[in-house]
Amino acid sequence: MRAQTQVALKNALRTGVILFVFALVGTAMLAFTHDRTEPVITRGQLAEKRALLSQVLPASLYDNDLLSSQQSVPPNDRLGTRQTSTLWLARRGGEFSGIVLEAVAPDGYSGNIYLLIGIDADGTVTGVRVTAHRETPGLGDYIDRAKSAWIDQFAGKSLTNPDARHWKVAKDGGTFDSRAGATITPRAVVKAVHGALDYFAQHRAAFAAPPKKEPDA
Amino acid sequence: MMTMNEFRSLFHNGLIKQNTGLVQLLGLCPLLAISNNVVNALSLGLATTLVMAASSGAVSGVRNFVPNEIRIPVFVLIIAALVTVIDLSMNAYVHPLYLVLGIFIPLITTNCIVLARADAFAAKNRPLQSVVDAIAMGFGLTLVLLVLGAIRELAGKGTLFSGIDLVFGEAAKGWVLHVLPNYHGFLLAILPPGAFIALGLLIAANNGYKARAARHARAGVPVAA
Repeated sequence: MRAQTQVALKNALRTGVILFVFALVGTAMLAFTHDRTEPVITRGQLAEKRALLSQVLPASLYDNDLLSSQQSVPPNDRLGTRQTSTLWLARRGGEFSGIVLEAVAPDGYSGNIYLLIGIDADGTVTGVRVTAHRETPGLGDYIDRAKSAWIDQFAGKSLTNPDARHWKVAKDGGTFDSRAGATITPRAVVKAVHGALDYFAQHRAAFAAPPKKEPDA
Repeated sequence: MMTMNEFRSLFHNGLIKQNTGLVQLLGLCPLLAISNNVVNALSLGLATTLVMAASSGAVSGVRNFVPNEIRIPVFVLIIAALVTVIDLSMNAYVHPLYLVLGIFIPLITTNCIVLARADAFAAKNRPLQSVVDAIAMGFGLTLVLLVLGAIRELAGKGTLFSGIDLVFGEAAKGWVLHVLPNYHGFLLAILPPGAFIALGLLIAANNGYKARAARHARAGVPVAA
């Protein structure tokens, strides 16, 4: 009986050690790969973010490093945000020249539509991109630039062009196109872009103020 | 080493006799979710094949050191570690491809077909055979995914290969086939129920074909005739 227990114990110990060795080798493998790939991945992510920002705000508009001008924005109704969002301030020759805002269209057909909106110093939209959405594939997903050029029609628009009565999809008597059978999605996007322009108009003075950083020597 | 016959029977097994999608009905969750167009289906199929080949090879290589009682946790550990390594490496070195496949790669860990092949085949066979078996199984799955993707994309959107530019770059945009021009789309085919219906039809066709073959065999008539 005693010998049996001993054998069982020895077996359990042996199995445990083997499992431990496998876990150790697996962890080492992961740690090594992570260590090797992390800098490359971070660089790729930053480059991607820059590329995305330059899609909504033309690179000719600014000469500062957009990524380091990042500020957080508390939740705001005009932006449709329920959580802290981010904005990036563009400057050229030290002068305020534009802004990139994160906004949310909360009333899409299926859940939130996340937007990135570029606005120049005059309050004119320079570009809009959908960064995440769950609209129906093949129906409402034409708001995605990868699927169609629909979202390009916002470029050049502002609070006065068109006026507030026409900041709507064509079906509601506005100026923005939409496709038959899927108007809820574009309606939400149009409303969100308009809201972001409103937000910008309210806070423009604060954005245009010179950076509060340490004065240049 | 491996004989030609062995090789052929492994492939016959993977592609037809034990086809994961049509016969074993394993790993259906990614199969149904991703097969809404040809490009997605093909990409996921090939990624799964790659992971399966790597994990089956690794499992087979260590099979003699793994006590029977803990083989499942060890295999899961190996598969998860390999998938993570592939995931990180793809993210770092082939980023454009990662953007397309990225969300699917971690899903492959949960695909039971990978563990099933590790346990049912790789744990009992030599590495070369195990890798070939995994590739054959992977191709079988890819084939079903491809057919499903083609059916759903054609019925749902009237196109084939839409989104191929995401894999091969802007230049490939012209490769998209608009098979049915001015087609208004059939949403059901693209949504998950479409996957169940199409897969059901495929399984029925496969079973029907097999039943017919068996009948002919009994009657002594060659199937091809």
